[in-house]
Amino acid sequence: MNTLMQLKNVEVALEGKKILELEELDVHSREFLTVLGPTGAGKSTILKLMAFLIKPKLGEILWQGEKVNFPVPLHIRRLISMTFQEPLPFQGTVFENVAYGLRIRGIRGKELRMKVEETLELLGISHLKNQSAKRISGGEAQRAALARALVFHPSLLLLDEPLASLDPLTKEKLEPELYRILKQIGITCVYVTHDQEEAYFFADRIAVVDHGKILQVGTKEEVFYRPINAKVARFVGTENLIPAIVCSQENNLVSLKAMDKTLEAIAPFSPGEKVIACIRPEEITLKKDGAALEKVSARNQLPGTIVSIDSLGPVVKATLNCGFPLKVLITRRSALDLNLKPGDLVVATFKATAVHIFSEDTGGKNG
Amino acid sequence: MFLGLRRFPGRNLLITLVNTGMGLPPVVVGLFVFLLLARSGPLGNLNLLYTPSAMVIAQVIIALPIVAGVTMAGIQNLEEKLKYQILALGASRFQYLFKLLQEGRLIVLSALAAGFGSIISEVGAVMMVGGNIKGQTRVLTTAIVLETRQGDYSLAIALGIILLLIALFLNILFTYLQQRRLS
Repeated sequence: MNTLMQLKNVEVALEGKKILELEELDVHSREFLTVLGPTGAGKSTILKLMAFLIKPKLGEILWQGEKVNFPVPLHIRRLISMTFQEPLPFQGTVFENVAYGLRIRGIRGKELRMKVEETLELLGISHLKNQSAKRISGGEAQRAALARALVFHPSLLLLDEPLASLDPLTKEKLEPELYRILKQIGITCVYVTHDQEEAYFFADRIAVVDHGKILQVGTKEEVFYRPINAKVARFVGTENLIPAIVCSQENNLVSLKAMDKTLEAIAPFSPGEKVIACIRPEEITLKKDGAALEKVSARNQLPGTIVSIDSLGPVVKATLNCGFPLKVLITRRSALDLNLKPGDLVVATFKATAVHIFSEDTGGKNG
Repeated sequence: MFLGLRRFPGRNLLITLVNTGMGLPPVVVGLFVFLLLARSGPLGNLNLLYTPSAMVIAQVIIALPIVAGVTMAGIQNLEEKLKYQILALGASRFQYLFKLLQEGRLIVLSALAAGFGSIISEVGAVMMVGGNIKGQTRVLTTAIVLETRQGDYSLAIALGIILLLIALFLNILFTYLQQRRLS
């Protein structure tokens, strides 16, 4: 795998205060890397670094293995393109907006017109080309901004929360379309978002960032299903973080004691270790207590009482008390079939492989 | 533009000077340029006093702070992210500055109109450094002063109307450029 860009031991300070500190972050050629983290975590700063819009106080940035010196040569800056959360339209028509990147690169006439029209077509906004870019809707303006960033075929596209300022319907429509377009042109993309679903949807790999530091980088499966600590687990939507103690271990199958319950998981931990077990709420199924217990392959069967049922539309979130709180996501249909209500006794069932464990104190040891 | 974009030591001092300059009494500028260019002044050997060049120097000193001050405010007022966006699309330093002027066209043209307004109506400084010499350094404003003093009111009024028409015409042009293709 080719590494397109590499940030090494980079530090950024703003008014004397350190706002970003990265040991290493690589962008591989043709991958989609999403940077996920809460507001103010330093996500946008990472993008600005990658676009060479700001200069790091320390550390170096490598482009295709070569160190980039400041001031960054124009021909390198021109391989990179970036959009922001707001579409930031320029004065003039949509056509002129999209043409800007080509004009400053000295492209004129027929070639310019062809490239702009091709890109407008790609983004589905050909019909807007003669309209003022400041007078189109939010979704259209975001498409125009993307067209403006893509028209000169950059090697690296940086997207800073491109869907965050859109209404849910527009977002729902643009999200898969944007993904399809970007995959179609085979561009390398770094995508910043605070939305875990969006991050998962767009990513090949995810970097989780908080307080100016990278907490974890990995494939989206790794980050979502094997978070290295409680913070990452929470960012990626793992709502069940259960403190437990390892009782026994045999062939990587560990048994854990959590309050008065026993959990089984696959992890290389030794007896006596204090750990956190995390279980994603959608990995758990519910059965009514007393219903005929069929043979199930799931090793974990925890009895509990339903504390609350919250409908989230197509899915229902049930909160159980199993000695510790346990959140479960089930479909609306199965919630109706089971006729669940607060106070009911149920059994929560999940596989040993659905339980991910990390050490309580460090968060570094990974199972 | 430099003032609006960069942070550097002494920036605030410079901005204060520019802002003071915006309210600079033209007569004082005239006096200053007069002393500078007078035969015994530091630039006296250039023999510029009572020439159109002297008038241009005085007018530039009067207009510059106004144009600079208003442009600075306008460029500063553009969204920070817009500036990043221009650079992130691959603009060179020069292309970037040019695009900023384009995006801030409204305010840049206002600055020019204000600067223009301040000098076309100016009498004191041009009179002092130009000398109001017929056929050489006499301009509309100084001519109006002269004709009024000589009691030729009708000529003064006629010249006044011409001055107003020129100002009106140029401001129509500015307004057109400014409002063109804007919302």
